[in-house]
Amino acid sequence: MKLDRTAYLTLALSLGVPVALALLNQTTEVGSALHIPTYVVALAGKYLCYAMLALAVDLVWGFAGILSLGHAAFFALGGYAMGMYLMRQIGTRGVYGNAELPDFMVFLGWHELPWYWQGSQWFPFAVAMALIVPGVLAMGFGWLAFRSRVTGVYLSIITQALTYALLLAFFRNDMGFGGNNGMTDFKDILGLNVQADSTRSALMVISALCLCVQYLVARFVVQSRFGKVLIAVRNTESRTRFLGYRPEAYKLVVWTLSAVMAGIGGALYVPQVGIINPSEFAPANSIEAVIWVAVGGRGTLSGAILGAVAVNFGKTWFTGMLPDYWLYALGALFIFVTLFLPKGIMGLFAKRAAKPVAVLEVAE
Amino acid sequence: MTETQTLPGDTLLYLGGVTVSFDGFRALNALSLVLEKGEMRAVIGPNGAGKTTMMDVITGKTRPDTGKVMFGVNTDLTQLDEPAIAALGIGRKFQKPTVFEPHTVWDNILLALAGDRKPRFSLWAKETAEERTRIESVLETVRMKDQRHRLGGDLSHGQKQWLEIGMLLAQEPQLLLVDEPVAGMTDAETEQTAELLREINKTRSVVVVEHDMAFVRALDVKVTVLHEGSVLSEGSIDNVSADPRVVEVYLGR
Ligand SMILES: Nc1ncnc2c1ncn2[C@@H]1O[C@H](COP(=O)(O)OP(=O)(O)OP(=O)(O)O)[C@@H](O)[C@H]1O
Ligand SMILES: [Mg+2]
Repeated sequence: MKLDRTAYLTLALSLGVPVALALLNQTTEVGSALHIPTYVVALAGKYLCYAMLALAVDLVWGFAGILSLGHAAFFALGGYAMGMYLMRQIGTRGVYGNAELPDFMVFLGWHELPWYWQGSQWFPFAVAMALIVPGVLAMGFGWLAFRSRVTGVYLSIITQALTYALLLAFFRNDMGFGGNNGMTDFKDILGLNVQADSTRSALMVISALCLCVQYLVARFVVQSRFGKVLIAVRNTESRTRFLGYRPEAYKLVVWTLSAVMAGIGGALYVPQVGIINPSEFAPANSIEAVIWVAVGGRGTLSGAILGAVAVNFGKTWFTGMLPDYWLYALGALFIFVTLFLPKGIMGLFAKRAAKPVAVLEVAE
Repeated sequence: MTETQTLPGDTLLYLGGVTVSFDGFRALNALSLVLEKGEMRAVIGPNGAGKTTMMDVITGKTRPDTGKVMFGVNTDLTQLDEPAIAALGIGRKFQKPTVFEPHTVWDNILLALAGDRKPRFSLWAKETAEERTRIESVLETVRMKDQRHRLGGDLSHGQKQWLEIGMLLAQEPQLLLVDEPVAGMTDAETEQTAELLREINKTRSVVVVEHDMAFVRALDVKVTVLHEGSVLSEGSIDNVSADPRVVEVYLGR
């Protein structure tokens, strides 16, 4: 795999900034000029998880031409898998003091854990589920959709329907995932207090590491011959068929990989924000993720990370001042980018850096 | 007795009574055509005669309502989809040149090279010296050696035609279906293309659809005239040109 300047810069910033923030949070005194408050660490951790979601969206949208308007579903499923683990760690510290059942189940009058909660108290199991559940759902969905040659707007609409259906399902109390309220009031992760600043710093650095690994994996995929086929599929799908390629197989692989990446982001997100509820499946969340990618620069990978961090930074800042107008601002931003910055922020940089990865690496 | 039954071993492609309707309109109407191994055939006919539709049927894009489409003696093409048919060794150049615009000329050829098409392979595939040699030789044949770094999307219409022919060669098919290869080419380029197709025909079978009569004459092969979805006339270019029915519907317009 070839790494260019943009790639090194992306890795250096994605890892360097979080590590610096964590060090400044952990090694300096509260009140010192260099101290980074814990809420900043928590925010940075959240942005890094969103960046993983954006990377996942860019992989399918930027390179395979699949505009997913339902990617937050995979993120949320990863989050729920981790949320279940975190619920089980509460034990007798819950309101009802039930060692076996999470509070919401006691409240519903349930007497035993449903079968699908078995194993969730075990961390490696939860991590595995955070990968497997989004992956398997994506594989099933993709198998049906790509095999039937559903593309373009129709595919976007059914991805949106997928996340909406999950939203409605997770709202139901009898699904056994906490209904409307979801899961919250987490206490520990791997025996460490989730609220402690040391845990928060560690989770943020782990998120940064995961983001870097995902970035490298995504780059490897798009620079490989597989990636060239994907770009060919994005450009003229039918032509690839007459050359003997099966675009549905290529899409299925990248789609599933992308869902798993989003799931990892979600699993890291939940312990850092301290809550997971059905609103994470809201169609608007998936659309926001697409906007991050468009703002950063579609088909550049680095741009997805940049877009996710920049837009969410803007969101935090903006909602602090004018909370009611954020959606208008986001819409305006999207229109602005579409009209004036078709290549996103990455397109503003030096011409070489602005070229999509796939084009960059062809020169021998 | 049909020709296939008398000479089964020599038949590469057999279309028997193929009918394709679009909303009741018969684009192909009981079309029959036999192509022998190693043959080059020119297919002509007025706009809407069904030439492209015939290629769609052979390559699996369109399923015929009725009729047989056989490759060799025992492969029924109507049961296969596009990638499977491509894998059998049938390559196609489209009427509207279709190359991968975001890719370089080099990568366009690389993606077309005969070889494993599975994601599992392509994920780890490294460009080998052997592949490079094959790409070089294709570029040489289609005279695009100095264009290798250019993007498909930046090529002129004629260059796209050549690149697409190059991709077709890289696929190493047994049978090439070439839909209007010289559209948008200068006279000199047209002549070169005819020469190239004759060269290709030394090792492969070819079906060429073309409107350009000078080009068809230059190919000097058996000609099939399609009209309203069926064969109107077949024979040498001089014979079909003299056929009064052909003169009426096509040449004499
Ligand atoms: N997918 C389709 N749906 C409806 N009608 C179609 C379709 N494809 C082709 N046709 C019709 O079938 C007829 C034959 O079309 P075809 O493209 O095969 O003609 P052609 O001989 O290749 O003509 P040309 O010389 O213009 O390329 C035309 O009348 C066309 O409009
Ligand atoms: Mg045609």
